[in-house]
Amino acid sequence: MRVGILYSRIRKDEKLLLNELRDRGHEVEKIDVRKERFGLESTTAAVDDLDIAVDRCLSTSRSLYATRFLDSYGVPVVNAPETGDVCADKAKNSLALAEADVPTPATEVAFTKEAALEAIEEFGYPCVLKPVTGSWGRLMAKIDSRNAAEAILEHKETLGHYEHKVFYVQEFVDKPGRDIRVLAVDGEPVAAMTRSSDHWLTNAAKGGETNSFELDDRATELVETASDAVGGGMLGVDLMEVGVDADGGADDYTVHEVNHTVEFKALDSATDVDVPARVVDWLEAKAAALADDGEAPEEVNA
Amino acid sequence: MTSDTDTLTAEDPITGEEIEIPADVEVGEIIDSPVTGTELEVISLDPVVLEEAPELEEDWGE
Repeated sequence: MRVGILYSRIRKDEKLLLNELRDRGHEVEKIDVRKERFGLESTTAAVDDLDIAVDRCLSTSRSLYATRFLDSYGVPVVNAPETGDVCADKAKNSLALAEADVPTPATEVAFTKEAALEAIEEFGYPCVLKPVTGSWGRLMAKIDSRNAAEAILEHKETLGHYEHKVFYVQEFVDKPGRDIRVLAVDGEPVAAMTRSSDHWLTNAAKGGETNSFELDDRATELVETASDAVGGGMLGVDLMEVGVDADGGADDYTVHEVNHTVEFKALDSATDVDVPARVVDWLEAKAAALADDGEAPEEVNA
Repeated sequence: MTSDTDTLTAEDPITGEEIEIPADVEVGEIIDSPVTGTELEVISLDPVVLEEAPELEEDWGE
């Protein structure tokens, strides 16, 4: 198959994917979105005859626009722009999960610091303030007191981009020092790992320790439902265990977010699963299904 | 320029020193400078040209 890779930075994740695709004899078109232009009917990017395009843009804004343009040209793209739109925004992400009855941390959005402070006081301390966009745990605040809340809200309102004035306030989930990252393709788990840290942020990007994790039936069900809730695709579903007993068993899980341009190098290292191979298996199946449906892209190069 | 089967040599754009990088790098790939640890982007392969990689931006992530 002929696969387009939308990117602006080849990280280890993209390198693993490119190597797997080439090893299987697939034709790869690397599309550096920084160098291309996207018109209403055509693009300078080499997207003609692509069987499928894979969005690996590191920049969320580029990801959202590039996938939207490719979709408008009739180029099959994963993940779909609709999925990106939901996953890129924590408020939309939370709403989608709640609407699908996926347990997710209680969340409120407020547009002024006064309203945000009311939300924070109602949640009680500690609670969490997050930017609606962003990743890797950046600019997340665990708020322990009213004084801290007032200071953080004032800074955000004064210094921030307008998105920082969308105050996303969330209950603090007292997780057992770890959360769970699952890579799933159209709801089917590929691999799962825990991310552990003494810090309240356990992201692998923050240096959390990673270990392979065996999903139980409940977690598997939640991953599938969460994936459907955001439109499916190749996703990173993040869960936390709740109601953990002395033996470490969890009563249930809560899904805090679903990521649409998921990194997988840590999963590939932490588990026995050949993650890039499984991803390419999925891409091959996806492209074959699209070909069977007769979805061929038009000539769209400028 | 290939120095052996596993590495290429290139000029570090920050220090000007000649550095060795993996032979299988590709355009767009990010590598760490063995001299300064700075992230470098591979701009071209023939000849090998490296530039300091873009700084982290607010909307980068997953």
